Amino acid sequence: MSERILIEGNEAVALALKLIDPDVVAAYPITPATEVVQKFAEYVADGEVVTEFVAVESEHSAMSACIGASTAGGRVMTATSSQGLGLMWEMLYIAASLRRPITMAVANRALSGNINIHCDHSDTMGARDAGWIHLFSENTQEIFDNMIQAVRIAEHPDVRLPVMVCYDGFVISHAREVIESLSKEEVQSFVGKHKASLSLLDLEPKTVGPLDLQDYYFEHKRSQAEAYKAVPGVIEAVGQEFGKAFGRSYAQVEEYNMDGAEVALVALGSTNGTIKDVVDGMNESGKKVGLLKIRAFRPFPAELVRASLSKVKAVGVFDRSMTFGGWGNPLFTEIRSAMYGTSGNGCCCGPCIPILDRVYGLGGREISMAEIEQYADEVLAVAKGEQVELIDYIGVR
Amino acid sequence: MASLKELSTKQEGLVGGHRLCAGCGAPIAVRQILLASEYPVVVSSATGCLEVATTIFPYTSWDVPFVHSAFENTAATVSGIEACYRSFVRQGKTDKKIKFIAFGGDGGTYDIGLQALSGALERGHDFLYVCYDNGAYMNTGIQRSSATPRGAATTTTPAGTAVPGKQQHRKNLTEICAAHGIAYAAQSTAGRWQDLTKKAAKAIEVDGPAFLNVLAPCPRGWRYPTPDLLSICKLAHDTCYWPLYEIEDGKYTISYKPKEKLPIEDFLKPQGRFRHLMAPGNEGLIAQLQADVDSEWERLLRLAGE
Ligand SMILES: Cc1ncc(C[n+]2csc(CCOP(=O)(O)OP(=O)(O)O)c2C)c(N)n1
Ligand code: SF4
Ligand SMILES: [Mg+2]
Repeated sequence: MSERILIEGNEAVALALKLIDPDVVAAYPITPATEVVQKFAEYVADGEVVTEFVAVESEHSAMSACIGASTAGGRVMTATSSQGLGLMWEMLYIAASLRRPITMAVANRALSGNINIHCDHSDTMGARDAGWIHLFSENTQEIFDNMIQAVRIAEHPDVRLPVMVCYDGFVISHAREVIESLSKEEVQSFVGKHKASLSLLDLEPKTVGPLDLQDYYFEHKRSQAEAYKAVPGVIEAVGQEFGKAFGRSYAQVEEYNMDGAEVALVALGSTNGTIKDVVDGMNESGKKVGLLKIRAFRPFPAELVRASLSKVKAVGVFDRSMTFGGWGNPLFTEIRSAMYGTSGNGCCCGPCIPILDRVYGLGGREISMAEIEQYADEVLAVAKGEQVELIDYIGVR
Repeated sequence: MASLKELSTKQEGLVGGHRLCAGCGAPIAVRQILLASEYPVVVSSATGCLEVATTIFPYTSWDVPFVHSAFENTAATVSGIEACYRSFVRQGKTDKKIKFIAFGGDGGTYDIGLQALSGALERGHDFLYVCYDNGAYMNTGIQRSSATPRGAATTTTPAGTAVPGKQQHRKNLTEICAAHGIAYAAQSTAGRWQDLTKKAAKAIEVDGPAFLNVLAPCPRGWRYPTPDLLSICKLAHDTCYWPLYEIEDGKYTISYKPKEKLPIEDFLKPQGRFRHLMAPGNEGLIAQLQADVDSEWERLLRLAGE
């Protein structure tokens, strides 16, 4: 039975974990994801879950234990943030390469140095090439829903890949919002029983994680790359099925007021909520601004992005992390790559749409509605032929 | 304890065809330990000679369920496997009795894997951790570890004209593990099958974490002829360089006391890694090594009440 409850983002993650009731959770505390671990430990202490909770001594061990438990045939989940995700780096690649369907909640937080506990996307962007599926969440409802869908996506027989559910540290992790919760029965019937593709506990001799040299490694990477082709369809199908069951559908991207829009803004995470308000206001005053919210950052939904953004005259990307020394930042480079040179001969075969990049909100710096509107105005001006900085910042001294 | 004849009829967990060097101590230790188990086992291994030489895709020498993921985390990996097993038992998803064994080299255990090992011991998972100690990072070309004996030449502590090999005493990992309050910690050797089989069986039987530190000579890194494994082990025990002992619930027992304790030179001389110590002027280093061994041995005898 759906129930409206007032809940903090981290509690919503812990609640989803409780309702999914996985076989093993191995996790280590770090701000701003700590409450996930704490709250879940309460469920364990009160006997509300069957989960074996492994309170490991580091995030490296958390991911190692998750890989072990998943290889043993269990449904496995964890949560972390920032430095914790950084410490897992080596194991993130291994989890994906071993095709372990682990679900991990990541409260997005800046990376040291200097140390900062607040939101930006540097942590998960640093892990974007590790082979995980990345789902971003706009608000508390979405983290809750994404956690539940992530299990289905990860464990789908055509996918068998780990998923990180990203949500903005503090902005969502510590904000109280009213969400529609679900009952244990509803969640259990949606996620279904875990059907492990592999279990060390069946005692059949098998070797997982061998030495893989010049003669096979490349084929294994190639076959891993093939697996990502199935993911978009599964994300869409699971999002639809979730909608049918509970009334909230999900896709890889979400268009907001894009019909007839002259320019589009593109963003990840909670900023989308603020942008929606700005877009509403600007639309009312006759400015044709739309929003393309990216929910699935990995695999990157290039075709959907292209279909959506080809309709506008200019695009403004919001990047909440940087690629130091690169040309443009993570979301921008993905969008540009999706938009240009899309045919086999490298030609973009279409109108060359200007795409701007603005880095904002590093280390938890707030972005105001006024700043968003100013950027949107700039994009509108570019659509009319004005020249501005291509890659720049918002809200930094 | 099973007789050698009985053991010879048991199915091996690690079979032939692997690419470890001729005369390597590691596979001998692993085979003996797997044979000692009364229960089906699941094995996890750290990166190192043992893992890379037994799992070259598409071949494997492991005839048991086996997983490797990285270098420093085999204790954490086995924690996860064991946790999943516990969860399955609680949920009635399995009723098999299964035991879990993690193997790591000295590098993967004394050094980079110490944190994961300590965490797993403290959490009390039901598993046996086996360190096969060959006293250096052999897989990457004989670099020093904190298990490398004082004086040994390695590729990161070469015997130079100013610095003659490794300057530091080796870490006492067995007692570090025992200090976690685990029920069973012991030192054994690839060179004495009875000692190893007996200790492995005991360690596997323990309900909770157990630790075995097994001397596993490396002819390549120690620079001695490959057929000499047993004699090198014997010298390690007879000089008391590698004492064989057990710590059961804190109680020390010496497993082997040489009739005549040999001078440390007898262990050093056959090994190329100590050749430079025999040059005139390095007597002091040998004396220091002898003093290390003597004080360790006397301390052990005291702790064992002997
Ligand atoms: C994080 C990490 N650092 C370094 C290495 C390189 N490396 C692989 S095996 C190894 C040494 C293994 O030494 P040890 O554990 O003693 O096992 P041995 O090879 O001697 O049997 C090293 C340094 C690695 N694989 N991973
Ligand atoms: S280098 Fe040493 S430890 Fe490695 S396989 Fe050869 S003998 Fe064994
Ligand atoms: Mg070694």
